[in-house]
Amino acid sequence: MSDKTIYAIYDDDYVLLESAKHLVEKGVHIRDVFSPFPIHGLDPVIGLPRTRIAIAAFIYGMIGVSLALTGMWFFMIHDWPMNIGGKPNFSLFDNIPTFVPVTFEFGVLCAAHGMAITFMLRNWTLPGMKAKNPYPRSTDDRFVMEIHTHDNEVSEDEITSLINQTHVLEIDVKHS
Amino acid sequence: MEYTISNKAKLTTIILVVVGIASLAVGLLTGHGEHTSTRLWANLLVNGYFFFSISLAAVFFIALQYVSEMAWGVTTQRIFQAIMSYMPIGAVVLLVVFVASSLHMNHLYHWMMPGVMEEGSEHYDPIIAGKSAYLNQPFFWGRTIAYILVWYYFARWFRKKSLEEDRLELNGQTSPVYTKAIVKGVIFIAFFAYTSSSSAWDWIMSIDTHWFSTMFGWYCFSGMWVSVMIVAVVLVQYLKRNGYLKEVNSSHVHDLGKWMFAISCLWSYIWFSQFMLIWYSDIPEEVTYYIQRFEDYKVLYLGTFFVNFFLPFFVLMSRDAKRNGIFLIPVALIIFLGHWMDVLIMVLPGTMFDHGHVGAVEIGMFLTFLGIFIFTVLRALSKAPLMTKNHPMYDESIHLHT
Repeated sequence: MSDKTIYAIYDDDYVLLESAKHLVEKGVHIRDVFSPFPIHGLDPVIGLPRTRIAIAAFIYGMIGVSLALTGMWFFMIHDWPMNIGGKPNFSLFDNIPTFVPVTFEFGVLCAAHGMAITFMLRNWTLPGMKAKNPYPRSTDDRFVMEIHTHDNEVSEDEITSLINQTHVLEIDVKHS
Repeated sequence: MEYTISNKAKLTTIILVVVGIASLAVGLLTGHGEHTSTRLWANLLVNGYFFFSISLAAVFFIALQYVSEMAWGVTTQRIFQAIMSYMPIGAVVLLVVFVASSLHMNHLYHWMMPGVMEEGSEHYDPIIAGKSAYLNQPFFWGRTIAYILVWYYFARWFRKKSLEEDRLELNGQTSPVYTKAIVKGVIFIAFFAYTSSSSAWDWIMSIDTHWFSTMFGWYCFSGMWVSVMIVAVVLVQYLKRNGYLKEVNSSHVHDLGKWMFAISCLWSYIWFSQFMLIWYSDIPEEVTYYIQRFEDYKVLYLGTFFVNFFLPFFVLMSRDAKRNGIFLIPVALIIFLGHWMDVLIMVLPGTMFDHGHVGAVEIGMFLTFLGIFIFTVLRALSKAPLMTKNHPMYDESIHLHT
């Protein structure tokens, strides 16, 4: 079975959102949408699962907290205890208030960097990676909807006629 | 939609007050010696300040909504207006405590004692005498009266104009009340920025007269702010469960939950920063405050901090928990007690010294005030429609989607 990819190109995010609602109502499955910025409220319409980036961020944060505490225990308590202002230098627990600011900052640092790197890796947008968006103008002022025929039970002609009922700018069909 | 207080709610508040007064009476009758009188006054100050500051923070939050032109909060504005209706009662309780202190009927404020600032007197204390330019009765009373009058003026103004706004015929124009309220909000916040700190110094920090902390005002302010968010979260859940507030959707609940989460973190941050700097520098005149608390109130004091920080931090971190009453309500109720306990431990060590604890008097007084507070707030809610009309952001607010 030959798979065809239909691209519906729009010039407005709101129009795309309304068109997506219309298509989904008629039973069309939309594979993905490319847009210069996030379109508010689109995810549930095209049935994207909720992002798990928050869980990842939490895990990175906790890793940062543990690393910071282990590191400071090793440097300041275990390996080379230092007497700073007479603070207890023989036990991590007794000296914990000293370590809280650094632990907090390191937790935030790891959570933020881990989250940003995960996000860019998942989207394949880390520096040096080759862009995978089919229409370069979808990074500027175009909003592109990608529909695969083998995702749908309706035929290609029916999908294009449904798309034509919306305020679409251009329809492009590619064989793959 | 108009709200009417259900008989169940009325009965609950009456039971709270009756049980509270009974417990208070038992506590006072079984107590003995001079401590009982001090204990009564200290608890009156604790609950007077705690519930008054909640209503004060409600005024602040309304002013903040106007100043930042916040749209989502319009559907819950009447909730905050209802919370600030408790303000006059709280102010009267505080004034009773201060009048009694001034007349030496109690000994909450050591600096008010006669002779403390007079050289040669047996009570002379050179450290307190050095603070006499600020801590003297005329100036204290001038400030106290100014705070209460100005705050109450703004509270009344916001409420009155909001009710007036409902009756306007606008024909598509922006409500004139809204533009005026922004200006009033700015003035209130500028005034509140100073007075939230200085009132905390005057009313709470001056109990431990020798001690001072530059962060204390912010500590009290974040405590009152998180308390008002807790009250709002619980009230919204309560009203929604009883079929009111249809306009408040899960995004509004989420936003209120975020505020409760965020200000809990702010409070914890300030609590810890104040503690850590004093612990680290270890200067005798500063650490006295903490030594008292760590020697006589260690479990309560540290327990309060850990509960108020870790419980909301871990339970309410996820988005789903902030939208779900099953998570929100238990956390809110527990940290509400936590922040009351926080105010209790601000006051008790300096007034009761090592004799303070949570007993019949403390619980009784808290329940009595809680009953009166809930009843006042619900009564104010029933006096006006639950939704404002003619607020320019009303439409935007009911379509909130995050």
